[in-house]
Amino acid sequence: MTDLSRQEAEILAAVAGAADEAGLEAVRVAALGKKGSVSELLKSLGAMSPDERKTAGPAINGLKDKVGAAIAARREALQAEALAARLARETLDVTLPVRPGPLEEGRIHPISQVIDEITAIFADMGFSVAEGPDIETDFYNFTALNFPADHPAREMHDTFFFNPKPDGERLLLRTHTSPVQIRTMMSVPPPIRVVCPGRTYRCDSDATHTPMFHQIEGLVIDRSSHFGHLKWVLESFLKAFFEVDEVKTRFRPSFFPFTEPSMEVDVGCARSGSEIRIGEGDDWLEILGCGMVHPNVIRACGLDPDEFQGFAWGMGIDRIAMLKYGMPDLRAFFDADVRWLKHYGFRPLDLPTLVGGLSS
Amino acid sequence: MKFTLSWLKDHLDTDASLADVVDALTMVGLEVEGVVDPAERLGAFTVAKVLTAERHPNADKLQVLTVDTGAGAPIQVVCGAPNARAGLVGVFAPPGTYVPGIDTTLAVGVIRGVESRGMMCSERELELSDSHDGIIELSPEAVVGARYVDHAGLGDAVIEIAITPNRPDCLGVRGIARDLAARGLGRLKDDTIKPVSGAYESPVGITLDFEPGRESACPVFAGRLVRGVTNGPSPEWLQRRLRAVGLRPISTLVDITNYISYDRGRPLHVYDAAKLTGPIRARMGRDGESFAALDGKTYAVDSEMTVIADDAGVLGLGGIMGGEASGVTAATQDVVIESAWFDPDRTARTGRRTGINSDARYRFERGVDPAFVLEGLELATHMVLELCGGEPSRTTVAGVAPIVDRAIDFPLAEVKRLSGLDLPPAEIGAILKMLGFWVSGMGDTVKVAVPSWRPDVHGKADLVEEVVRITGLDRVRTTPLPRGDGVTPRVLTPLQLRTRRVKRGLAARGMVEAVTWSFLSKAQAELFGGGAPALSLANPISSEMSDMRPSLLPGLIAAAGRNADRGQPDVALFEVGQVFAGDRPEDQSIAATGIRRGTAQSLGAGRHWSGNAAAASLYDAKADALGALEAAGFDTSKAQVVKGGPAWFHPGRVGTIQLGPKLVLGHFGELHPAVLAALDVGGPIAGFELLLDRIPVPKAKAGRTRPPLPAATLLPVKRDFAFVVPEAVEAAQILRAAQGAAKQVVGGVEVFDVYRGEHLSAGSKSVAVEVTLVPQGKTFTDEEIEKIGAAIVAAVAKATGASLRG
Repeated sequence: MTDLSRQEAEILAAVAGAADEAGLEAVRVAALGKKGSVSELLKSLGAMSPDERKTAGPAINGLKDKVGAAIAARREALQAEALAARLARETLDVTLPVRPGPLEEGRIHPISQVIDEITAIFADMGFSVAEGPDIETDFYNFTALNFPADHPAREMHDTFFFNPKPDGERLLLRTHTSPVQIRTMMSVPPPIRVVCPGRTYRCDSDATHTPMFHQIEGLVIDRSSHFGHLKWVLESFLKAFFEVDEVKTRFRPSFFPFTEPSMEVDVGCARSGSEIRIGEGDDWLEILGCGMVHPNVIRACGLDPDEFQGFAWGMGIDRIAMLKYGMPDLRAFFDADVRWLKHYGFRPLDLPTLVGGLSS
Repeated sequence: MKFTLSWLKDHLDTDASLADVVDALTMVGLEVEGVVDPAERLGAFTVAKVLTAERHPNADKLQVLTVDTGAGAPIQVVCGAPNARAGLVGVFAPPGTYVPGIDTTLAVGVIRGVESRGMMCSERELELSDSHDGIIELSPEAVVGARYVDHAGLGDAVIEIAITPNRPDCLGVRGIARDLAARGLGRLKDDTIKPVSGAYESPVGITLDFEPGRESACPVFAGRLVRGVTNGPSPEWLQRRLRAVGLRPISTLVDITNYISYDRGRPLHVYDAAKLTGPIRARMGRDGESFAALDGKTYAVDSEMTVIADDAGVLGLGGIMGGEASGVTAATQDVVIESAWFDPDRTARTGRRTGINSDARYRFERGVDPAFVLEGLELATHMVLELCGGEPSRTTVAGVAPIVDRAIDFPLAEVKRLSGLDLPPAEIGAILKMLGFWVSGMGDTVKVAVPSWRPDVHGKADLVEEVVRITGLDRVRTTPLPRGDGVTPRVLTPLQLRTRRVKRGLAARGMVEAVTWSFLSKAQAELFGGGAPALSLANPISSEMSDMRPSLLPGLIAAAGRNADRGQPDVALFEVGQVFAGDRPEDQSIAATGIRRGTAQSLGAGRHWSGNAAAASLYDAKADALGALEAAGFDTSKAQVVKGGPAWFHPGRVGTIQLGPKLVLGHFGELHPAVLAALDVGGPIAGFELLLDRIPVPKAKAGRTRPPLPAATLLPVKRDFAFVVPEAVEAAQILRAAQGAAKQVVGGVEVFDVYRGEHLSAGSKSVAVEVTLVPQGKTFTDEEIEKIGAAIVAAVAKATGASLRG
């Protein structure tokens, strides 16, 4: 064995034996450093004769390359080992629970959700949304709606009043969303298609009534809309809202001061226990009141009832929310119990749309 | 309004079944509230005869009966009734029968050692009356084994309907029959009431005694005397009908008035002539008068009430209730029958003021047929003569019935215009005639006269209602509303959109939406700047709900308190809803308000291995407020945040978000401990309130394109500065000064550390900021960076007195 091959064997052995990158670096410096053994050999080429150089040059350079390659390979191996060891140390317990994000924690109240659902449906039928104040005048809440002067609804036991002003005017909390009909007709020229959701108030408080509740009013005024259109609007709405293919409806003549003819609408349903399913069964459930807008109301808004006509309806938002989503108790709507809100509420991104379906 | 099927058939000639009647009632607008068919309820009770009655071997008060039920061998029954005896024919219930009066289903029983296989029943057990003196005794001729309901004529279904206020004509059975006849359910029977000719002038005078302007209170008052009557109990058929509709039989004369009230919707009154002093007067009451009514109570009368009086005083409240003193009794020999007409509105007001709910009030306040005053009196006379005997006087009539002739020009096309229903003119005419309207004329427009019993019909639309109500709304074809051209445009207003987005935005911050009452207690309202008299309800449902809310905070804080009481101490709640600064429409605005109680931070609450959540603070509330504004579409970099705010916040931990001092968008901060204590809710609670109406609506943009992105091509450079400033210096001053020092190149300034402590003198703090420098066109040289840094330090020092931290 020549010196060169012995030297090579020694260096390669040292490379293989290096335990870590620092040891390997020491081997590299000893072999290929400025004063390393292989570097010394390279330096010795200068003193050689051309012939000697011819044979020794390639041999020494070969040794240098071999050692370099061995070191690089060993370095890579050591790095891989070190990484593997580090990764092993870094193992985490994947079963530790994480905090839920705000999107999972937040909720939209069923009333807001249902108003969004209703809005999506009626917007598709060409309706816009109108609103009005909760504190109303006698004119908008009663007189313009054709309530006679002595109507019992004007009494203290039905309606919340404020104390009379010096001029005798007595404001009140609106008992229905119908004043928005009047405000709309008095400010917007026909054709009109609006729905008016909002808070309403009556002096009622028992298991099924709360002094505050939510209603949605609908109004269509133009030159040709008749009861057949009203039927279509309501039937289309009920199908879309309850997300069923068919609903049976029954329009019963009734009486409201502000419509003529007036109807109450029953929707076909099936009852089992406390559960009510709309769109099935042979039972009827009263769900809303409606009618053709009374000529006196149209007149009160400055329009000619022989020229303009239309229809209106009103229904309880809380009530249809309860029917659709099965909340048993109206009072819980206003109690802000987070357990109830998390259970019956909706996720922030559950935005009702017609393209995506109203509810999932 | 209640009536029985057989009563209906007195007026309606029909073979229709109960089910058909019920269905037709509903479809013409007479909503059926309930049907009680006694044949179903009492069908199992039979007529039975007691064969033997012997004393119970083990009980003094019981007897052991053998009863012939008409089916097989006699049956043994143990009975405690004192009147039980051999030979008695009574009512028997076999085992398995549900007995309504005791709410029990009978079983074979053993009573003190003796088997009992059924029951002999009292009237109370059958819920026929309150009588429980003994078992029912039927006439000896009753057929043993027959159904008791058949024997007693109880198999008459009772129907209860809800009458809408516009239909006083249906407060009598005849009116209901008229509607059903028009619907095609049968024929309305003829009904001509022949006047009874009196032989003498009534000695009891009747006068209308109203000062001018008040005559409308009682425009007509008719009466007559019938002398020599016998006022015993009314006949069985009459008592049965009255009981069926929930009335208590009193005496024949009273029962006749009640009967006609239900049969014709015509209330009447009867006076014992012997108890009257002088003539009967209808007049206004006088303050200080009072009278003892038939309900046993005494009522004060005032000058707005119509009274019937004689020389001795008030006899009764007109159209509402008669008095005790002048009422008929079994001893009555001469009776005055009253048939008058009272103003509906005044009757309603008097009824409400006195709180009397009577059948008469119910009818008069809705409007009794003014044309039936005399006929009603004649009908009553017929019944009195038939059931009580006696000799009638001629009628006395004071005043004139207020019959208003109403004729409506009715274009037949109105039916189609309003209902969409295309009916032949003949059918329209036929329906109106069946309902009692007079239709005259031919062609497209006819003249329609309204019958006196329909005060609700005033115009064309009312006639359309009559036609479609009888025709059936189910015949109207569903017709789609025409759709607009193209795709549905946006319909929501900016405020509506904002409201929706803010709700979703706050929910996306982990908050839960609440809906709380619009009213709260005065004390709560006052704590939050409300409680003005104009916003206090005159008739609140409770003192907890007396004032309109000035802020959503009290409702949310109270809700957080309730949740804490239920074991949910860390809650984040919000509400978007109306608040009231005054009683005008423009004083109402939409507030978005949220609170965080305990450790309910947006990234989680309570303890966690990754780090416990801290108590929610001013900064959580600030983040929520700015987040809500961003969700509303508002660029919050345009807002100023300044210290200070309303008194219900912690004075040192409250900020105001504004666009200048005159346009405040809202506040955020930690709630004042004293306010929380007053609300009895434990803190700390951080919250914010914004008024969404105050956010300026951005100008409509011509297009939807956005400006090009000025992305820098050269890497930005970041430099840190730690400024030592007096405690009172606000971060915003430092940020503003740093930003302004080299506007062209400073891309952003962030506070990354605030330090107070041992290395600083008391009253100082260190605020460390990272300034991002954006090279413009070419990279910075070291000198340039040095120069910008010096400028920043100088600017901050000038603005705040800051020194660089050594």
